[in-house]
Amino acid sequence: MELVCPAGTPAALRAAVAAGAHTVYCGYADDTNARNFPGLNFSRAEMEAAIAHAHAQCAKVLVAINTFPRAGDPGPWHAAVADAAAAGADAVILADTGLLAHTAEHHPDLRRHLSVQAAAANPDAINFHAEAFGVKRVVLPRVLSVQEITAINREIDVETEVFVFGGLCVMAEGRCSLSSYATGQSPNMNGVCSPASHVAYDEDADGTLSARLGGFTIHRSARGEPAPYPTLCKGCFTSNARTGYVFEDPTSLDASQLIPQLAKAGVSALKIEGRQRSRAYVAKVVRAFRAATDALAAGRPIPPGTLAALTEGQSATTGAYAKTWR
Amino acid sequence: MPDSAVSFPLAPRPLAAGLRVLPLFPLAAPLSLLARRVIAANPGLIERLGVYGACRFAIDPTDLPLVLLLHPHPSRARITVHRRPPAEADTRIAGPLAALLGLVHGTWDGDALFFSRDLVIEGDTGAALALRNAIDDAELDLGAEVAGLAGPMRGRLAPLIGLAERVTRLPLRRTREV
Repeated sequence: MELVCPAGTPAALRAAVAAGAHTVYCGYADDTNARNFPGLNFSRAEMEAAIAHAHAQCAKVLVAINTFPRAGDPGPWHAAVADAAAAGADAVILADTGLLAHTAEHHPDLRRHLSVQAAAANPDAINFHAEAFGVKRVVLPRVLSVQEITAINREIDVETEVFVFGGLCVMAEGRCSLSSYATGQSPNMNGVCSPASHVAYDEDADGTLSARLGGFTIHRSARGEPAPYPTLCKGCFTSNARTGYVFEDPTSLDASQLIPQLAKAGVSALKIEGRQRSRAYVAKVVRAFRAATDALAAGRPIPPGTLAALTEGQSATTGAYAKTWR
Repeated sequence: MPDSAVSFPLAPRPLAAGLRVLPLFPLAAPLSLLARRVIAANPGLIERLGVYGACRFAIDPTDLPLVLLLHPHPSRARITVHRRPPAEADTRIAGPLAALLGLVHGTWDGDALFFSRDLVIEGDTGAALALRNAIDDAELDLGAEVAGLAGPMRGRLAPLIGLAERVTRLPLRRTREV
């Protein structure tokens, strides 16, 4: 199983490679990638150096160009694809059909992966992208059970990559506009969910932490309670005298114990979320999952998870992979 | 990095007691010198701050009676020292000294410290995020930088920093496994 690991900075990429990543994914420092946060991502020169470093260590680099080009202004997205190809990227991760078509036409030798942002969650959608644009791998949305992934893999000829650790999106990726409603910016068009410039925190005298997004209070954490990411989908709201998480609890995905089942389901690659996280997170999570994939290859049991302190809400879930609500 | 909630060592009590009674302004010059040395050796730090490069960053170790105000600049960076977070700060990053040092040295993850409430951010969240990411990419080693300030005495100072790290349990040097 290929382990695909996040890197928000060159230092994180080096940490991932050193910790045993088979493959690292990263993006340029602009709104062509879906983790366009302050201080993150790679300049053109940094990307070239990072790819050279990874290749010297026998690791691959995938460049995420997975936002949707602005109408009338596809230039930055076309330039990102051309620069990734010139830098020697092993593949680009794309979501937009227009950008897929452009890449297939102008960079036919550049391997194309379908981003989770494309939300291709059934064989027809996946086969369309494979036939029309030569997509070789699809990153499956985090809404599918293991049984559904098995069924999909029976009907497609491309590789599948699934998330096994990190933040969860409850929505069909690429179609979520919650961030836009509050801030005018979204991961789909601007590469930022809940942009930091629109987030504010206040801690009261009694230790209650209030998180505001675009001026709206979306969560309050009492003293000592874990704080979630300031996203609307993890917000805690009061309605009709009931207070609770409307969309999803603030918790993170940890499917490490499901790796054997995912392998049997025909999955080719395991993806770790977290390009916005530090090199300390990257090193620790990659090391743990490399131990898991090595155990799988050797026929040993998957080591127990030890990553709770790194998770949002300080708790983890197997998400939709083992869902029981449908 | 521990696997459960992090228990941070507090800053040494004699240090906190001394800082409580002594004037703070003599600290500004050596800290500014250190900041200029670090930035000169890591120009990517300023580049990663981007539009936040002119912001004022209040670094507030909550177990010490002082707040550092960082004025970043490619060649004229300054650090001023205050009793309380100054009003001119655009953003404030607060937490135990050990947590702040651990962030710099790649010992702990910033988001995890935020989830656990060990780290508090106030003011311009974008500026705080940019600084955190810039510092994380720079792979700084403040222990080595402080030793470097000692010039020819560097070789003698480095073991003392290691000793101080063992005694105080504060992460004074870069985490080697990263």
